[in-house]
Amino acid sequence: MSKINFLKPDKSNLYTFLYLGSFLFFVSVLDVLLNSFFSLNLTGFLPSFLSFLLPLILGFIGLFFIRIELSGNKHLDLLNKNINTNNFNAVLSLLIIFIIIKSIPPILSWFYVDASFAGDSKDVCTGSGACWTYIKVWIRRFMYGMYPNGEQWRINLSFIALALLGSVGFFATDRFKKYLTLYYVVIYPFIAFLFIFFFISGGPVFFDFSYGIIAAILSIIIGFFIPSKFKFYYFLIVPFALYVLLKYFIFYEELIELGKLDGLNWVETGAWGGLSLTFIISFFCLIFCFPIGMAFALGRRSEFPLIRYISVGFIEFWRGVPLITVLFMSAVMFPMFLPADFFIDKLVRCIIAISLFEAAYVAEVIRGGLQALPRGQYEAAKSLGMGYWRMHIFVILPQALKLVIPGIANTFLALVKDTPLIFVVGLLEIVGMLNLAKTNPEWLGFAMEGYVFAAIIFWIICYAMSKYSYNLEQKYKTDR
Amino acid sequence: MNFKLKDIGPQLMTVIAVVLVFGFFTYNAQVNMENRGIDFGFGFLSQESSFDVQFSLIEYDGSHSYFRAYLVGLLNTILVSVIGIIFATILGVIVGIARLSPNYLINKFAAFYVEFFRNIPLLLQIFFWYFAALRALPLPQDAEAMFGISFLTIKGLYVPAFIWQNFDIFFYSLVAAIISIIVIRIRAKKLQETQGKQTPVLLISIGLIFILPLLSFLFGGVRLSFEVPVLKQLATTSFIYEGGVSLPPELIALALSLSLYTATFIAECVRAGIQGVGKGQKEAAASIGLTPNQVLKLVVMPQALRIIIPPTTNQYLNLTKNSSLAAAIAYPDLVLVFAGTALMQTGKAIEIVSITMFTYLSLSISISLFMNWYNNKIAIQEK
Repeated sequence: MSKINFLKPDKSNLYTFLYLGSFLFFVSVLDVLLNSFFSLNLTGFLPSFLSFLLPLILGFIGLFFIRIELSGNKHLDLLNKNINTNNFNAVLSLLIIFIIIKSIPPILSWFYVDASFAGDSKDVCTGSGACWTYIKVWIRRFMYGMYPNGEQWRINLSFIALALLGSVGFFATDRFKKYLTLYYVVIYPFIAFLFIFFFISGGPVFFDFSYGIIAAILSIIIGFFIPSKFKFYYFLIVPFALYVLLKYFIFYEELIELGKLDGLNWVETGAWGGLSLTFIISFFCLIFCFPIGMAFALGRRSEFPLIRYISVGFIEFWRGVPLITVLFMSAVMFPMFLPADFFIDKLVRCIIAISLFEAAYVAEVIRGGLQALPRGQYEAAKSLGMGYWRMHIFVILPQALKLVIPGIANTFLALVKDTPLIFVVGLLEIVGMLNLAKTNPEWLGFAMEGYVFAAIIFWIICYAMSKYSYNLEQKYKTDR
Repeated sequence: MNFKLKDIGPQLMTVIAVVLVFGFFTYNAQVNMENRGIDFGFGFLSQESSFDVQFSLIEYDGSHSYFRAYLVGLLNTILVSVIGIIFATILGVIVGIARLSPNYLINKFAAFYVEFFRNIPLLLQIFFWYFAALRALPLPQDAEAMFGISFLTIKGLYVPAFIWQNFDIFFYSLVAAIISIIVIRIRAKKLQETQGKQTPVLLISIGLIFILPLLSFLFGGVRLSFEVPVLKQLATTSFIYEGGVSLPPELIALALSLSLYTATFIAECVRAGIQGVGKGQKEAAASIGLTPNQVLKLVVMPQALRIIIPPTTNQYLNLTKNSSLAAAIAYPDLVLVFAGTALMQTGKAIEIVSITMFTYLSLSISISLFMNWYNNKIAIQEK
């Protein structure tokens, strides 16, 4: 009986099969490993077809031998359960292992071993690997577009400042937590706008800005001593009053001199570009599309038929057309709709177009949140005598928005991935700059490096965002 | 009265605002067009276009009208969308199922694929395939034949063309096969409902769809031959393939990146759909003695499809809309041919951009209407 069964692995002859199977499996892996890393062909004496398939066959037999159910060996059971449940799975596992082993050497050699990093001209790129020198030479263009080299600290400074201001939420004490929404929805975008408008573009009215900063800092410092009862009204009135006071009544020459900062030249938006433009566009579109989308989401659920139809029409129109035609519209059709002497900057037109486009998607996401709320919430709010706006602001929207944060994050992710499309109107963010650099006669033939570089950057940004939205989703899932 | 005013007021205000905005735009457009001496109208559609298009499914050259150019662009858009949808669906379903595999390696491999391709902008992928990957292909004279009949070169993919004789008879036989399959399916369903008999519908269908066209070959006088592309020398260093069907590299790059990109989203839809079917359903089905295949076919899939189809439809729509990125690599789709070249030549911005947008809008709406119909058909009929 045992003789008939000898080909069937089981617990009684566990070790024979375990050793034989692991041996065959490791031989097959070793063969592929040697083949791909040292280009040694152990089985070169066999016919080429057989030599090619031999690792697969050996590995398959090996995995078949060690597929012993309930062997009692913890590691073996784990292995079998995970990659070796049946013949089909074993073959697929082997194929994946071999593909990974086979693809490591060429990728590694292209990326690092044969790649050239040093130098600053094309001549150093003689190896078969990637030419990262190309990225090194062009990095400023990829990051800042045609923005003058000497002025790029303005972009850096603005982004660092905005990042710091944006991280305020993590450090806020409980006392300030309730103002955070106000801060992020109203104050922060406003500050960001000031930074980008006055600092990055170097607007001529820049010296106003220094008054604004001084007023803001002063009012925040004084704000600590104001009793919390009046704090809301204080922050509503005092900063603006201080600003007006500083600008028109307390007239310090020094302040004006401080504000002028002679070095700030006007940089027209046509010169903006690279990754920084991606960030700027994404940022503005996010803060603009959110309120528009919310308005249309409410409109779509309105009781008034006309408002409902208009909202549905708006949403379905923008969702039905591709972004590229929307950008075409903003570039060639929109100027026709405006008075002849009325000029809107290309970048602004672009931001308006993308915001309207994304607003339709945001509206649908928010509508999902509104629909997911139980009707009891609406009825309870109404029974307390709340009107439409009170009900939505204090009861419905806070809950609905919390539900749709992951959806909004996904829309924002799509928005970031859509920004390269602005090449249609002639604005060059990072992908556009890559295409420009690619056609430079001195640097022909490095398209691959450029695209891989951009792909890595976008991948990191998008992956981080999608993970963050996933975490938020998990967090709010447990909340309810 | 008060009550009615409260109802009408907001609506009236909204309508007035919308009308004012549109009126403002229309007025400006009229003034602007008068100033520039452009008149509004769609008459240009019948004028001679006098530009050429690289790749066209229907006969087209500069002597045809702008409307014909529009059709060329539209057909190219539909072509790339259909190719993309087919491949994205196949790949997406495979990857989606692979993500649910108990096999750790397959699972992680599929997850890696999804995370990798989903998080890179589509435009970047198109550029990568077109400018970097496909440029590494061999020149026509160096290309090695695949299966001896097709050639993948830097100038595109060359495959044999089918040359039919009496194609209409073959086509009718195919139609007849499909109709008879539908009839048999309906009868089989009725038979099962009334008498509980099961008929091997799948086998009969496969048989029919092969046998009827085969008969048309044997008796109907249908002949099929292939025209294999042949290398031809134009100049000392310039070679080209003649004959057969040539697919331009733009089409390949676009279809490839569209399907790779969209497949990741479809994979997630499929995964969510299959995970959405309760474990109890599968256990219940197994406990009444259904085989694993029957569990999948009769219990899991009908329920999973209901979850899968709506988001997948959205992805099809997205793919169709994303195919407009063709303009970036000069694949002559609707945007490039019509909103690009034709617009440059005629200067009729408003008409052409509106026609383009309206076309995409109707494409989207027709796909979503069809999918809604299908969705309703397979939805649970609550009594």
